[in-house]
Amino acid sequence: MLLTFLAIVAIAVAWLPNLFAAVMLLGMFSLLSAGLFVVLDAVDVAFTEAAVGAGVSTILMLATLARTNARQRRRQGSRLIALAASVLTGGALIYGTLDRPLFGDPGAPIHQHVAPRYLERSGVEIGVPNVVTSVLASYRGYDTLGEVTVVFTAGIGVFALLGFGTNRRRDDARGDG
Amino acid sequence: MQHHLVLRVVTRGLIPLILLFALYVQFHGDFGPGGGFQAGVIFGAAFVLYGIVAGLDRATAVAAPGLVVGATCVGVLLFAGVGVAGMLRGGQYLDYGVLSADPVAGQHLGILLVELGVGITVAGVMIGLFCAFSDKR
Repeated sequence: MLLTFLAIVAIAVAWLPNLFAAVMLLGMFSLLSAGLFVVLDAVDVAFTEAAVGAGVSTILMLATLARTNARQRRRQGSRLIALAASVLTGGALIYGTLDRPLFGDPGAPIHQHVAPRYLERSGVEIGVPNVVTSVLASYRGYDTLGEVTVVFTAGIGVFALLGFGTNRRRDDARGDG
Repeated sequence: MQHHLVLRVVTRGLIPLILLFALYVQFHGDFGPGGGFQAGVIFGAAFVLYGIVAGLDRATAVAAPGLVVGATCVGVLLFAGVGVAGMLRGGQYLDYGVLSADPVAGQHLGILLVELGVGITVAGVMIGLFCAFSDKR
């Protein structure tokens, strides 16, 4: 049922020309995704999704809308080609998932290699009750370093583009350039 | 501004609780859901809430842009620094076991510092993005 709501919200977001309503619906989409993650027992991910997607991301998009138009402009170009591309891509993705092992299958390849080792040895080697944190911060700490670097790079990219953190004011910059 | 009074009073009481909750999530990530990313976003959300209710000038006075950008950098440096500290004490990069006499205590210390670095960077980016996007100048 959550997936049905997700699909309905996604179609509504693509359909609406009013961008303010679309941003609100994107917040709803994030909340539904967080609910789905909770149903799938992935509470850490749900926490992050709810905080980022339904919280801060909506605010940032509203702030962006305040700078640009609140209505979407009339689309140029053929819509049939876009529809065909979407259907083809979606069909290829669905075809690719037909081979997947069943959800929660203990014999699936993902549960064979390092996952049992992490689950068994995490209590002894790391001593932290939350296995998600121990995998994220210790066993796969290098990946987390990469994630933080990505967040950092995105942040300073936006800061550089918008002139945040410097003493230069934007109207002065426009006068120079 | 009378009809904004409820908003101002409620957020004045709520923002310290949000900040406290962010710190709780940060340091309780070992025992329950949480950790650096979630805590950083919640911490940033408190500042965003203050910026929405009290105005961007007040928010910029509290979170100076130089400080925010500095915090963003400090978080990543802390994370990478923990890795280098592991190397300096004889292990490999990001080896937490050598950070302390007892390997398990070293893991705890390493995870704590690393998640703190993540939280600081994410909070800095969230606050900075909000202030940068809302700045009408």
